[in-house]
Amino acid sequence: MRGVERQSRINEKNRARRTSQDERAERRRASKSGFSNPANPRRSMLLTLICGLFVIYCLFPFLYLLVNSTKTQGDFTSTFGLGFGHEFALWDNLKTVFTYQDGIFGRWLINTLLYVVVGAGGATLLAIMGGYALAKFRFPGRKAVFVVVIGAISVPGIALAVPQFLLFAKLGLTNTPWAMIIPSLISPFGLYLMWIFSDQAVPTELLEAARVDGAGEFRTFWQVSLPLLAPGIVTTSLFTIVATWNNYFLPLIMLKDSSWYPLTIGLNQWKDQASTAGGQAIQNLVVTGSLVTIIPLVIAFLLLQRYWQSGLAAGAVKE
Amino acid sequence: MKMGGSSWDWRGWKFMLPFALVFVFVFIVPIIYAIWISFYQTRMIGGTVFVGLANYVRLIQDAQFWSSVRRVALFTIVQVPIMLFLSAAMALALDSMKLHGSRFFRISTFLPYAVPAVVSTLIWGFVYGAKYGLVGSINDFFGTSLDVLAPSVLLAAIGNIVTWEFTGYNMLIFYSSLSTIPHSLYEAASIDGASEWQIVRRIKLPELRGSLAITVIFSIIGSFQLFNEPSILQNMVPGNAVTTYYTPNMYAYNLSFSGNQSNYAAALAIVMAIITMGIAYAVQLRSMREQMK
Repeated sequence: MRGVERQSRINEKNRARRTSQDERAERRRASKSGFSNPANPRRSMLLTLICGLFVIYCLFPFLYLLVNSTKTQGDFTSTFGLGFGHEFALWDNLKTVFTYQDGIFGRWLINTLLYVVVGAGGATLLAIMGGYALAKFRFPGRKAVFVVVIGAISVPGIALAVPQFLLFAKLGLTNTPWAMIIPSLISPFGLYLMWIFSDQAVPTELLEAARVDGAGEFRTFWQVSLPLLAPGIVTTSLFTIVATWNNYFLPLIMLKDSSWYPLTIGLNQWKDQASTAGGQAIQNLVVTGSLVTIIPLVIAFLLLQRYWQSGLAAGAVKE
Repeated sequence: MKMGGSSWDWRGWKFMLPFALVFVFVFIVPIIYAIWISFYQTRMIGGTVFVGLANYVRLIQDAQFWSSVRRVALFTIVQVPIMLFLSAAMALALDSMKLHGSRFFRISTFLPYAVPAVVSTLIWGFVYGAKYGLVGSINDFFGTSLDVLAPSVLLAAIGNIVTWEFTGYNMLIFYSSLSTIPHSLYEAASIDGASEWQIVRRIKLPELRGSLAITVIFSIIGSFQLFNEPSILQNMVPGNAVTTYYTPNMYAYNLSFSGNQSNYAAALAIVMAIITMGIAYAVQLRSMREQMK
């Protein structure tokens, strides 16, 4: 009898120890991830289910895209929207997307990459330097820069686009890649993000120390500050890449020649083909092309998740 | 680096200059140019002539312009609160750590942001389609005659697309500002006997105020600039439900690129800029000023 009692006490103690171990591990994990409330880590099935509904809403268009890119044009218009068609035409569709109209889709893809690398890359660089300057130097005109940039964000795209177009036309820049690249170089939100981030991530004492050691401002920037800014840089480039990859309005007005189109304008042109006189509906290609368009960004989001989330968290707006 | 009151520190400009130069070229010069051309008119006879405020006077009496402004104002009042409520609720749910598989929730709610407006409008347009879309399939199956692209509900259908695109983005801004709250604060609060709900109300919601200002201003600006979704839907909607003056941006676009009325479009753009900036500043400039100590 006593043996059994003792055994159950030991069991009880072991269980308590395991539980507290689990709890500690959970808290460690939680505090490492930086996104949690360790005060009460108990999971709730009800909350998960409610949020699950919202996730279904977020994900079902992706499912729609996946399912429908496997259909032929005939099946697309005749079969159930979220069900498969009579034949599995994904590979055919992909092949046709890249060969239709002499493979212009490949050209659009290369254009988009060019605009993203040069435009978004440049925008990120300018935002890093500008944000760093705003955070770490008290230079004359600093407040004016802030007010003007924030004000500029609220100028409607079209208020800018029409005169931008007229100006670029005068300079002979419309219908060239520059018309896409130059305006993409400015990301007011990127500047804002890098400013907040530099403010927190680069200690002023460290800069002072480097200066005392005789390092020039640019050397200090490259060797001391830039490594500290890495998570902020990943976050900012993610936002500038998305903005450039997904831009629709700017190329719509700036580019007339379809060989300079990015993917977005090209896809919309394919969609509109059905409604032009004598045009052939190619919705299967539009859907498959859309899938190809979003895959690189979705992959980038998934791969860089850890970096951009910590970058955004560190750059998060505080009082 | 605080310098003495009288001596200026110019070093910052070395870093600010590249941004500033490009910014002047793509933002400031075009805005000044727009103001300039808004005082002119191109006439069949006589070419381009200075007309003073004539374009603005015409705009104030333009019923099409005001109907487009009313439409985006209505859109803003309804869509922005719904979207931001969903974003904040989702951010609080994720931050509560009560979700199973919260990583999956985080990434999948943010994923729509990666989708270009063209693609998301195409997908939703196909889903909405009464002939071949998902709505059409539902109608066939249940024998109903739903039509989410009918003029009376079209704006709500567009609101759904915009909500789908940006809820995750705003959620992430809220979420990252929640994650800057030190954990010791929660522990202290729960030792003092605070309930989960009290922690939300007394600690988390006040923390969200800063990012709420940012998301509100971006959302208002975004709604007033509504263009992509309605103009991409235009050809997918039966009839002329999406007019050429459906939103102020569409009106300006059509005036300048198919109507050859760049001067009038410039006046429209400037009035819209003033309206948007006025609203945005009124809503939240105070909170941003505090950062600029």
